[in-house]
Amino acid sequence: MIKFIFSKLLYLIPTMLGITLVAFGFIRLLPGDPVLLMAGERGVSPERYAQISAQLGYDQPIWHQYLSYLGDLLHGDLGHSIVTKKPVLAEFLTLFPATVELAIVAIIIATLIGVPVGVLAAIKRGSWFDQISMTGALVGFSMPIFWWGLLLIIFFSGILQWTPVSGRISLMYFFPPVTGFMLIDSLLSGQKGAFLSAVSHLILPSIVLATIPLAVIARQTRSAMLEVMGEDYVRTAKAKGLSMRRVIGVHALRNAMIPVITTIGLQVGVLMAGAILTETIFSWPGIGKWMIDSISRRDYPVVQSGLLLIAGIVMIVNLIVDLTYGLINPRIRHK
Amino acid sequence: MSIFSTRFLAASALALMAAAPLHAKTFVYCSEGSPEGFDPAPYTAGTTFDASAHAIYNRLVQFKPGTTEVEPALAESWEVSDDGLTYTFHLRKGVKFQSNDKFTPSRDFNADDVVFSFNRQANADDPWHAYISGLTYEYYSSMEMDKLIKSIEKVDDNTVKFTLNHPEAPFLANVAMPFVSILSKEYADALQAAGTMEDLNNAPIGTGPFKFVAYQKDAVIRYQKNADYWGEAPKIDDLVFAITPDASVRLQKLKAGECHLMPYPAPADLAAIKADPNLKVDEQAGLNVGYVAYNTTVAPFDKPEVRKALNMAIDKKAMIDAVYQGSAEVAKNPIPPTMWSYNDAVKDDAYDPEAAKKMLEDAGVKDLSMEVWAMPVQRPYMPNARRAAELIQSDFAKVGVKVDIVSYEWGEYLKKSMEEGRKGAVILGWTGDNGDPDNFLSVLLSCAAATPGGANRAFWCNKEFSDLLANAKKTSDVAERTKLYEEAQVIFKDQAPWATLAHSVQYVPMAKNVTGFVQSPLGDYAFDTVDIAE
Repeated sequence: MIKFIFSKLLYLIPTMLGITLVAFGFIRLLPGDPVLLMAGERGVSPERYAQISAQLGYDQPIWHQYLSYLGDLLHGDLGHSIVTKKPVLAEFLTLFPATVELAIVAIIIATLIGVPVGVLAAIKRGSWFDQISMTGALVGFSMPIFWWGLLLIIFFSGILQWTPVSGRISLMYFFPPVTGFMLIDSLLSGQKGAFLSAVSHLILPSIVLATIPLAVIARQTRSAMLEVMGEDYVRTAKAKGLSMRRVIGVHALRNAMIPVITTIGLQVGVLMAGAILTETIFSWPGIGKWMIDSISRRDYPVVQSGLLLIAGIVMIVNLIVDLTYGLINPRIRHK
Repeated sequence: MSIFSTRFLAASALALMAAAPLHAKTFVYCSEGSPEGFDPAPYTAGTTFDASAHAIYNRLVQFKPGTTEVEPALAESWEVSDDGLTYTFHLRKGVKFQSNDKFTPSRDFNADDVVFSFNRQANADDPWHAYISGLTYEYYSSMEMDKLIKSIEKVDDNTVKFTLNHPEAPFLANVAMPFVSILSKEYADALQAAGTMEDLNNAPIGTGPFKFVAYQKDAVIRYQKNADYWGEAPKIDDLVFAITPDASVRLQKLKAGECHLMPYPAPADLAAIKADPNLKVDEQAGLNVGYVAYNTTVAPFDKPEVRKALNMAIDKKAMIDAVYQGSAEVAKNPIPPTMWSYNDAVKDDAYDPEAAKKMLEDAGVKDLSMEVWAMPVQRPYMPNARRAAELIQSDFAKVGVKVDIVSYEWGEYLKKSMEEGRKGAVILGWTGDNGDPDNFLSVLLSCAAATPGGANRAFWCNKEFSDLLANAKKTSDVAERTKLYEEAQVIFKDQAPWATLAHSVQYVPMAKNVTGFVQSPLGDYAFDTVDIAE
């Protein structure tokens, strides 16, 4: 098992290096000059342009810029935002917990609903439940997030006034961030009603963010279950007279879960990368919106290092998925 | 930095909870974006200035609310020498800087603070010139203050003298701009001694109507009323900026009572806002202009008759409806009607495709094919350039001119549109910085601006016009300057280097019980005069 983990970790290094190349190169491939963008309609004189470029190091040849970026990385310097002038790592750490909190709640919703729905749809294959749930999954998968989010806001926050419109917590509550997770911090603050406010603010955005993963997980679970239910050992278990519950719960589900866990893990990775649209609609201060703004402003350091950090997180999540996979399927870890 | 914020926030949270119970008057502004920082000098975004300059700081002079007229602020009075080279400001006495849990001022505002606030931007040797890695004082150099100001001297504690390299009447308007907000030298010195210079940008101290309390990145900014404010104290106790990037969501928050005022509504929502009995909308023409610039150095656009003919082919009213969804007024001059010296006597080119066709024929133009450049981004002066280009395409087709619509990524667009020999006409615009006509006319239409790095996208160099502008800069007499600018607008109309399209209207929706909000033509959002009626 240790060897398994170790070999996986070793892969991280060349992968990260490749990611630095991609992150560095990709943003520079986009047309658009950050200095010109900052100057806007006013324009910037050639001398001033040269001055600013030199200050930012953009007058150096590309390979030189890349190597100095790598050098800074090795010293733990992830660069400073061209726009805010603040360190990229500090900005990331301030914003990341919000994304994680939302992603975790969303994936929990998606899993807790998606897996049972998928299992039931597989068991009752062809029934009205199966057809409705799978159609629902298709709709959920195809739903434009922006529109869906706005619709929920208008209906639940605007008309029914059951939920708040946006943000992480009511403006009435004001306490220092300890962990960055509003659910935990609100409890720690001890302020009356803060925790409930944090929960109520999480409802709509996590439903919106959970929609696509839920659809994917439900469909994946269903097809994995169907495949497993057709296997010989399930037939044997049924023939042996085991209860449906035991057949499904112990024999079928455990084997069906393998591709499902992979799917869940991949979805977590996707969510960790930042739910750009959800964050924008719900004014959720996470890394998704941060990244998209930085790309449009050609904020090179933020895009480069931000991509690196996000990729690192996604890789760690995938590593955990691999390990879980190994835990569930002994054949993998003993290979 | 995060450690500081945590302790700072903890202390302020307690102070806030203890001193200001939650039933204090709290005004919530649903802002459209996050501030880049809280020191206004290194930044250029209006969003940043709303959160810093207009809330926390003051300047030597300020714009009279709702206008572009300059009035006293931290300077009570000033004199300009006859040659226009020396400005002597007499500073207000008894102005106090704010304090936070790490700093309490030991003296009132004085000339040292003024000298500091300007010189750190001018002198590359000043330790505050680049106190954060990569910091540049954008506006200071783009407004050419570094070339303009020869020296700044403290004459005595309450007098500062600026000596310029050449007379420049707009200088006074420049001094009202956010980037030259006055910071506390004492605070800067304390931070330098403590080795926490970045706090000038993270934990701001100013003389303004509101004190900074806390900023949760991309989420909330909190301010408290400055009880010692030298001016009229704010009527609200707490000010909160709830950062809400999406316009439709801002409206939902306004409707739900989660905020009191919002900027930049989506044009499609305006009808619904106006119909809502709990809301009201303030509207004002923005200090902007959207235009199409011909390249006056390339045939056949080097002939004014051709340009005028093309202008007459454009159906501007249709454009206001289709592109601006009604929230704009037709532009006939390069400056907006809210700007002083606007020449209302100038007559716009009539929309007359038949006459336009004839004029083109008379000018010898046959089978003209041209490019029209459309911006890929939305700007306050032009919400949908592609749509505008399509309308122009069909308008010009009616007079026998074939148009190809061309677009580039925004940065490329800005760069390429200023390249010598550029083909075609460019859709662009401008939002004023300081309310001075020179800020539009010289920047966009003077001979000097028709060079690389300038912004004269028509490459139009008319000596008479440029001379008028140069003379208008030399005198501070507003009446004289007005006459000169009015003449300049006549020349502009006659020579038609641009098709002036529209000045967009700025709308500010707010709750019905909000009073005292004055919309700034410059697009600033300031809350020192607002109140919430019970």
